[in-house]
Amino acid sequence: MTLFSECKESAFIAWTALRANKLRAGLTTLGIVIGIVSVTLMGTAITGLNDAFRKSVGNIGADTLFIQRFSWMTSETDWRLSRNRKELTLQNVRDLDRLVTLCSAVSVDSGGNGTVSFGRRQARGVYVAGNDENSLTVRGLSLSQGRWLTAGDVQSGRPVCVLGSYLADRFFPGREAIGGKVKLNDMRLEVVGVLEKQGSAFGNDLDNQIVIPITRFSQDFSRWPDLTITAKVRDLSQVDDAREELRGIMRKLRRVPPDFPDDFAINSQEAIVTFFNAVGGTIAAVGLFISGLSLFVGGIGIMNIMFVSVAERTKEIGIRKAIGAKRRTILVQFLVEAATITLGAGILGILVAWPLTLVVDKFLAASMPWWLVAVALLVSVLTGVVSGFLPAWRAARMDPVDALRAD
Amino acid sequence: MPLIQIHDLTRRYVMGTETVHALRGVTLTIERGEYIAIMGPSGSGKSTLMNLLGCLDSPTSGYYELNGVNVAHMDDNDLAEVRNREIGFVFQSFNLLARSDSLHNVELPLIYAGLPSAERREQAVRALTNVGLGDRMHHKPNELSGGQRQRVAVARALVNDPSIVLADEPTGNLDSRTGEEILGLFEALSRKGNTIIVVTHEEEVAQHARRIIRIRDGLIAADEVNPNPRAAMKFAAGGTSMVAA
Repeated sequence: MTLFSECKESAFIAWTALRANKLRAGLTTLGIVIGIVSVTLMGTAITGLNDAFRKSVGNIGADTLFIQRFSWMTSETDWRLSRNRKELTLQNVRDLDRLVTLCSAVSVDSGGNGTVSFGRRQARGVYVAGNDENSLTVRGLSLSQGRWLTAGDVQSGRPVCVLGSYLADRFFPGREAIGGKVKLNDMRLEVVGVLEKQGSAFGNDLDNQIVIPITRFSQDFSRWPDLTITAKVRDLSQVDDAREELRGIMRKLRRVPPDFPDDFAINSQEAIVTFFNAVGGTIAAVGLFISGLSLFVGGIGIMNIMFVSVAERTKEIGIRKAIGAKRRTILVQFLVEAATITLGAGILGILVAWPLTLVVDKFLAASMPWWLVAVALLVSVLTGVVSGFLPAWRAARMDPVDALRAD
Repeated sequence: MPLIQIHDLTRRYVMGTETVHALRGVTLTIERGEYIAIMGPSGSGKSTLMNLLGCLDSPTSGYYELNGVNVAHMDDNDLAEVRNREIGFVFQSFNLLARSDSLHNVELPLIYAGLPSAERREQAVRALTNVGLGDRMHHKPNELSGGQRQRVAVARALVNDPSIVLADEPTGNLDSRTGEEILGLFEALSRKGNTIIVVTHEEEVAQHARRIIRIRDGLIAADEVNPNPRAAMKFAAGGTSMVAA
């Protein structure tokens, strides 16, 4: 007897057996349904989180390097060694821009929070960016109106600003924003440009920002600003070379003696990705383990009901054996029955999880890709086979004489 | 070559601290085409002998050759194959699968034999027609009378064309009239050359056979030829007419 015709016959038996015990099969299924729903939702949330992260990181771009006082991945001990590092200076930025060859642009960036007002309208907690003329390209922004900061604005620290789209809409609804005079804290600024709508990244609303020349920023907004020098690498394949070049130049500019470690850090997207993968992997593993527990409980339910099913059908097993069913045939029959229950439960679970995913998606990016559906179905079949094995094995090993005697 | 050769077959069961000697050494030869009744009161060991003859159980010691093959010490799976090929069972309580229709019940041995579905359908239909149930193929056991159920069981026993039909109290759950019908069926099969072994404790049933073996206390007490076997009463719907081919 071939395995295929065995499975076909077993599927038929399973179907009739399940139809004969609808309520029982349904209740047993419930455990697996819940298990599959929770595992699927967990998987959905994890992939959603991953996607959201990738998108945020994608905004930074793999070709962007950040020169800062501190590394993004500092531990407690590193911090104690590095907290006395000198600040980066605007002069560093200018020198770097002049000396570097592997980067297309170098810009400066510093940020803080302030209150912006126009007439009687006021916006608190606005992100205030101190930028220079290169920041538009380096930060990957684009304008919807007006112009970006010019080299002249930056050199002479002119009182001009570029508004995020949210602020522009709020202060100048249906009106021309260019030429408007807004106030940042006590600083009067003329609007010269408006940014295109950006969305958010890392929880920052990029549309709720105001950009001013870095010179004005360090003069009137923040006395000792923490500068970030952002460099756009010319060629993506030369990121590592560019990093080395920047490092060499910075060491020279900051006069670091040859045997001393860097007194600055070059950060990149790669570092966040590495960090995220480590943390995200742990979160995913723990989450899947916890939701897997409910699947495990469901599996125990299946095992239980299969034991009952085998005990109830002892006579049937006896008849089948008398007629010529081998151990394997009986084993396959009950495994297929268990797998049929759990596969049905898996399908039901996905049908329940799908609309839930759409609900979750309203609060947190969530998606149910096809591979997750396939994995969920595979897992449910596997659960059936694993938890059905012991009962099926007991059935397969029954003595035909004893089994026939049962009623 | 005889169909069955048994030499000094014993079977012991261990029940707790007690050992039960169900069969104490049975020697027996059965030729092809015989119609045999095995008789004995309950506890005599006749059921044990039947289980051994039917390859449902293995002997504690002794020799059992079926159709030229020593089956005394075969494992579970090999015995299943022998049962499938060589033996057709007819049980007292019919032992049909309750959720399957007649056709599927009769097909079952062929499924385990690995026949392609078209072929096994054809054979099962023929077997059912031969026992006069051509019009009951899609009825489930609970939609059939006792006699009809037993006829489905006979069809299932015969569908694989086995060497032996082994019937365990085949009339025990039937009224005397339908019982006679089944016995008439056996007679017709026997006349066609099938080997039939009926295990029973009813003298009347045993008298249909041409050889009667009496078991007592795990030993053969008597093994004699029945000089004038009783013919089954003929009924309009029963009897030989049902076994057409």
